[in-house]
Amino acid sequence: MREFIKNKFLLGGILVSIFVAGFISYYASSSPDGLEKVAEDKGFLDTAKDSANSGSFLADYGVAGIDNERLSVGLSGLIGVIATLSVSLLIFKTLAKKK
Amino acid sequence: MHIPDGFIDLPTSLAFIAVSAVGVGVALKGAKSELSDKTAPLAGLATVFIFAAQMINFPVAAGTSGHLLGGALAAILIGPWAATLSISIVLILQALLFADGGLTAIGLNVFNLSLVGVWASYAIFLIVKRILPSNKKAIPVAAFIAALIQVPIAASSFVFQYAIGSVATIPVSTVFTAMFSTHVLIGIGEGLITALTISAVLATRSDLVYGYRGQGKKLEIKSSVRSNS
Repeated sequence: MREFIKNKFLLGGILVSIFVAGFISYYASSSPDGLEKVAEDKGFLDTAKDSANSGSFLADYGVAGIDNERLSVGLSGLIGVIATLSVSLLIFKTLAKKK
Repeated sequence: MHIPDGFIDLPTSLAFIAVSAVGVGVALKGAKSELSDKTAPLAGLATVFIFAAQMINFPVAAGTSGHLLGGALAAILIGPWAATLSISIVLILQALLFADGGLTAIGLNVFNLSLVGVWASYAIFLIVKRILPSNKKAIPVAAFIAALIQVPIAASSFVFQYAIGSVATIPVSTVFTAMFSTHVLIGIGEGLITALTISAVLATRSDLVYGYRGQGKKLEIKSSVRSNS
């Protein structure tokens, strides 16, 4: 991941992503999304089941046990950024090498 | 537009897991030709940015929100094969870590957003790019149109799955009309975010935009990027 510190473009992109996931996310609309709204209006929302991991410690973009909403959402976003970066770099770098 | 468990019956959900697994498998092969030491970190960044942007639900109409799907953005930035993987990674992590999108519904979601979303966007982008004058300014315009149209197409793909294996008995036509109209609105937001992001990358490092390569100035591969830092 060292290239993300040395390369200005990559560093800038990661900082923007951290800002969006860690800070802006708190201000996201809490209205249902398009699919959920349609399901609600047309009457099939009740067929939805909770995901098997709906009780996990990051479920619904909050860290279990942190009551401060701003902190809880922001931290879950930050964890998500780290997780996506790690997994995607592992996969993309492996694919780039196999030639 | 992450489908929860329960909307679509289990046999259909499992069938789409199989279809999506094949699609992702093909993309793993295809992405090898798109990725290099230089572009692999960029593909990682695109994935992270799409994850972050998907956390931002924006209001589209009374009591309704939408968020970026990212198929067009990823395809234009890093190429359609890598984009297929990028969106799949985001969806799988969202389902596993954040319980966003059902676990049995993962195949349905990957099909709609990583396969249909990415490839429909990329096809539209190429067509619009061909119609428009071939200069830098055309890229964000083509990106806007591709991103916008992608959203109602992905929504229609859900309706297709609903028609095959819905648990509810609401008529398909009713669901289609509602899904399509709502997602055209969300598509406008998708188009704006995509066009703005592509413009920002074009302004700073236009050589990093997959959908712009081969146009304008010839690319010079700098030797410095080869150094394994």
